[in-house]
Amino acid sequence: METRNVSPEKLREIVGADHVRESTAADAVDGVEPAFVVEPGSVEEASEVMKVAGEEGLAVVPRGGGSKMGLGNPPRELDLIVSTARMNQILEYVPQDQVVRVQAGIKLEDLQETLSESNQMVALDPPETGATVGGVVATNASGPRRYARGTVRDLIIGIRVVLADGTVAKAGGKVVKNVAGYDLAKLFTGSLGTLGLIVEANFRLHPLQEASRTVAVEVESPQAAFEAVRAVKKSQVEPTAVELRYSEDRKLVVVLVESIPGGIDAKEEMVSFLLKPSGRVRTLSDEEAGRERSSLSHAGEDATVVRISAPPAELVGVMESVLGAAERRGLGHPEITGHAATGVTYVTLSGGETGTLDDFAGEVREIWVRRGGTVVLERAPVELKRRAGVWGPPADSIGLTRRVKEKFDPRGILSPGRFIGGI
Amino acid sequence: MERSRLIQAMEDILGPEGVIHEREQLRTYECDGLMNYRVIPDLVVLPVNAEQVQKIVRLCYDEGIPYVARGSGTGLSGGALPVESGVLIVMSRMKRILEVDLENERVVVEPGVINLWVSQEVADEGYYYAPDPASQLVSSIGGNLAENSGGVHCLKYGFTTNHVTGAEVVLPDGSVAHLGGGKAPDEPGYDLLGAFVGSEGTLGIATSITLRVLRKPEAVRTLLAAFKDTEEAGDAVSGIIGGGIVPAAIEMMDRLCLEAVEVAVSPGFPDAGAVLIVELDGPEAEVENQFERTMKICEDSNASEIRVAEDDAERALFWKGRKAAFAAMGRVSNDYYVQDSVVPRTELGAVLKRISDLGEEYGMRVANVFHAGDGNLHPLVLYDGEVEGEAEKAEKLAGDIVFACLEHGGSLTGEHGIGEDKKKYMPKMFTEEDLDTMQLLRCAFDPHYLCNPGKMFPTPRLCGERPGPFRMHPVQKAGLAELF
Repeated sequence: METRNVSPEKLREIVGADHVRESTAADAVDGVEPAFVVEPGSVEEASEVMKVAGEEGLAVVPRGGGSKMGLGNPPRELDLIVSTARMNQILEYVPQDQVVRVQAGIKLEDLQETLSESNQMVALDPPETGATVGGVVATNASGPRRYARGTVRDLIIGIRVVLADGTVAKAGGKVVKNVAGYDLAKLFTGSLGTLGLIVEANFRLHPLQEASRTVAVEVESPQAAFEAVRAVKKSQVEPTAVELRYSEDRKLVVVLVESIPGGIDAKEEMVSFLLKPSGRVRTLSDEEAGRERSSLSHAGEDATVVRISAPPAELVGVMESVLGAAERRGLGHPEITGHAATGVTYVTLSGGETGTLDDFAGEVREIWVRRGGTVVLERAPVELKRRAGVWGPPADSIGLTRRVKEKFDPRGILSPGRFIGGI
Repeated sequence: MERSRLIQAMEDILGPEGVIHEREQLRTYECDGLMNYRVIPDLVVLPVNAEQVQKIVRLCYDEGIPYVARGSGTGLSGGALPVESGVLIVMSRMKRILEVDLENERVVVEPGVINLWVSQEVADEGYYYAPDPASQLVSSIGGNLAENSGGVHCLKYGFTTNHVTGAEVVLPDGSVAHLGGGKAPDEPGYDLLGAFVGSEGTLGIATSITLRVLRKPEAVRTLLAAFKDTEEAGDAVSGIIGGGIVPAAIEMMDRLCLEAVEVAVSPGFPDAGAVLIVELDGPEAEVENQFERTMKICEDSNASEIRVAEDDAERALFWKGRKAAFAAMGRVSNDYYVQDSVVPRTELGAVLKRISDLGEEYGMRVANVFHAGDGNLHPLVLYDGEVEGEAEKAEKLAGDIVFACLEHGGSLTGEHGIGEDKKKYMPKMFTEEDLDTMQLLRCAFDPHYLCNPGKMFPTPRLCGERPGPFRMHPVQKAGLAELF
C-alpha cells in the first residue's frame, strides 16, 4: 500500500486547527488507519476539504456516526476520514408539510426526537444506535418498518453532496412529488461513500400512529414460520412490520400493527387469528416489543452477520439452507432474524474458523445468487472479508456501475475498494 | 448512413412490417400528448422483442443516429417528441405480460403493456398495481417508468419508482443490463434502477419491467365536499393531513374547472367555489374512524355540502368528474396550456392567490385542478390559439406560475416530466453544478448523446468521448450542443 505524506496545514486552514486531528487506532477502517480525521463544519468547508483531497489524490472515507464502518471491503488505501459529526443541524422543518431537510451529520435518533414532538417520524428504524442520517443513506440501512414504508429510496426526496473534486451539487427538492432532473438521491443511497460525501438530505415524513400492538407466534419449524408470515401478508390487515426471530431456543414470528385507538383492537384480533394455526400466539408487553424490534442480534463484536436477500416466498428454503450449511460445518444453530415478509434475512454466527465461515458463506451464496438473490457479509472479521468478499458476484450492470464511478470520482479517491466489484 | 440504406438495415432487423418510412404515416408520430411541439421523425420502427431493440440501438450507436423511445405517446411534456433526422422506436408491440408471481407480489411485463392491464390481470386474486395516472387506460408501463408517473393515489402509495423493482434495459451502447434485481430486495451496488426510472428515456430503453403489486385494501370510502373557495377547501386539506390522516387521495377543483367538467361529463357536482374529493382506504375499522374525522374536519372548514359515495358506481362518478378535467377544458376554451408545478402544502394558499393575480394581470382565465394532498398543481391556462399572440402569452403566464411555485420552495414538475416543455426552466431550479453533476450520470449511460437527446436539460453538453474516426455529432452540428 502506498503511503502518502499528508500535510495537515491546508486542512487546518479550512476547518480550524481543532477540527483536524491525527488518527488513533479507533479510527481504523477494517484495520487500515488513516493519517487524519477532518471534521468540516459546513458545506463550504467540506467542499474545500474535498478539493484539497482531490488535488493531492488523498484517499477519503466519509464517516457519520461510525456505527456501520464495518460494512464493505477493507479500503485499498486511506488517508483521511472526513467526519460529518459537526454538521448536525435540522435546516428546515415545517410539520404541516411533512418534509424535513437536515444536515447529514445529525443522528437519526436526535432527528426522530424532534420530529416526534410534532407526532411525526422519518419512517426508518435501523437497529444501529448513533447512526447519522448521512450514514443511514450511504449504507441504505433499514429496519422492521420497511415492510410498510419501504427503505431510504422510498423516503428520501432530495440530497446535497460534495463530489471528489469539491463540486457541491443537489438533486430532488423539498416536495414529496417531484420528477425534475435525475434522481441522484437514489443513486447515492447505498453507495457507501464511493460517489461523494453526502452533506444534506431531505425526507418525506409519516405521522406517528397513536396506538400499536406487537403480536408474536411461537413456531416450531421454518415451514410454520413461513405459514405465519404468509397468512399475515395475504390478509388485508396492513401490518407495519413482520419479523422473524429464529434461534435454537426462541422461534418467533413477530407482527407489529399500528393504528388509531379506535382501530387497534380489531387489527390485533385479526393478526392473532391469522397467526393461530402456526403456533401459540400472544401479545407482547411494550418492553418485550421494544426489544424485539431491534432486528440485529446482540452478539459480540467478533460475530459474523450474513445478509441474505431472496424472493420473499423462499423463506423456508433460505432458513433450511442456512441451518443445513451451518450444521454440516459444526457451526451450531445460527440465529436467523430479519424482515421476513420482505425477503431480507440476517444470519448471525458467533465464532468459527475463517475457513469454515468462508465455506459457509460460499455455499449459501451459491444457492441464493442462482435463485435471484444476493448474499452480503454485513459484518465480518477482516480476514473473512478478504477471503470471501463482502458483496458476492456483481450483476451484469457492473460495467455501467464502474462507468458511473469513473464519472463521479475519476481518480478513485473515495472509499477505494470498499464497494461491489472492488469499486 | 443514407436513408435508404438505413431503412433497409432496419427492415433486415424488423421485417418490412416493423418499419414505417412513408412521410404521411410518419406524421402520426410527430408529437406526443403535448401537441405544441411537432417533429416528423426520419423513421419509425416497431420492435416486438428485446433482441430487436438491441439490434436497433446497436445500429444507431454504430452509425451515430439519435433515437427516441415512445410508449403510447400520452406524455404531457414532449418527452417522446421525435428528434429530427432520428429514429423513433415505438414500443407498443411489446405488450405481453411475461410472468405473474403473486407469492412474491410481482408481475413482469413488457414495456408496451397498458397500465390498467396489470391491475386487471391480478384483480381476481385480490391484488392491484397502485400507480394510477389519469391516462392509465392508454398509457404504457414503459412510458410510466420513463416519466416516473404519479396518479391520484400516489399521496399514500407513492409513484412508479416505488413500485418498479427491476428492469431489463438496452443501454445506449446496445448492451443489455438488468437493473434492480427484481426478484429480491436490496441488491448491492448503485441504485441504477432508481436513477433510470424517471430519466425520461435519456438513459436507455427498458425491455422488461418487474412491478410490485399490492393487496387490495379491505375498505374504500370516498367523499366529495363543496366549499366557498379554494382557501376554505385548502384549510380542510391542512386539517386532514395535520390530523395525522394519510388519505389515499385528496383532489381539488376550482369553480372554473367545475363548470367545464359539468358541461363535459355532467357528474352533477355541487355549484361551489371549490370541491374536494377525499378517498380513504385500508382496514375497515381504521377507515371508518378516519372517515368520520375527515367529514368533521370538512364541516369545521365550512363545507357547504358533503356527499358520501354510497357504492362503487357513485365513487366512479366522482372520479369520472375529476379525471375528465383536462379534456373538459375543451368545452370552455379552444386551447389550454397545462402546468405541473409542486409547492409545499403550506404554500398552497399563497400560490393559488398568486396564480389568480397573475391571471388577472394577463387578462386570462386559469382553471385549477390538482392533487391537493401533495401540493401538485395543474393550473390550466385557457386561451384561443386562433388569436394572434395568445399562445405565446399563455405560455408566458404558465412560466410565471412556474416561477411563483419555485419561489415558494417547489418543483417544476410533479409527474408530467421536464421533456421538451420545461427544460428551459431547469436553471431556475438547479445550479450549473447541479446540472453538470446530473450530466455525469448521463455520460456514464449514453456517452455519445444519442438516446433522446435534447430533452430534460437546457444546454446539452457532450461527454468529450469520440471513439472511432472523428465526425461531428449531429446534435453538435446542428448547433444544439457543445463539447466540454
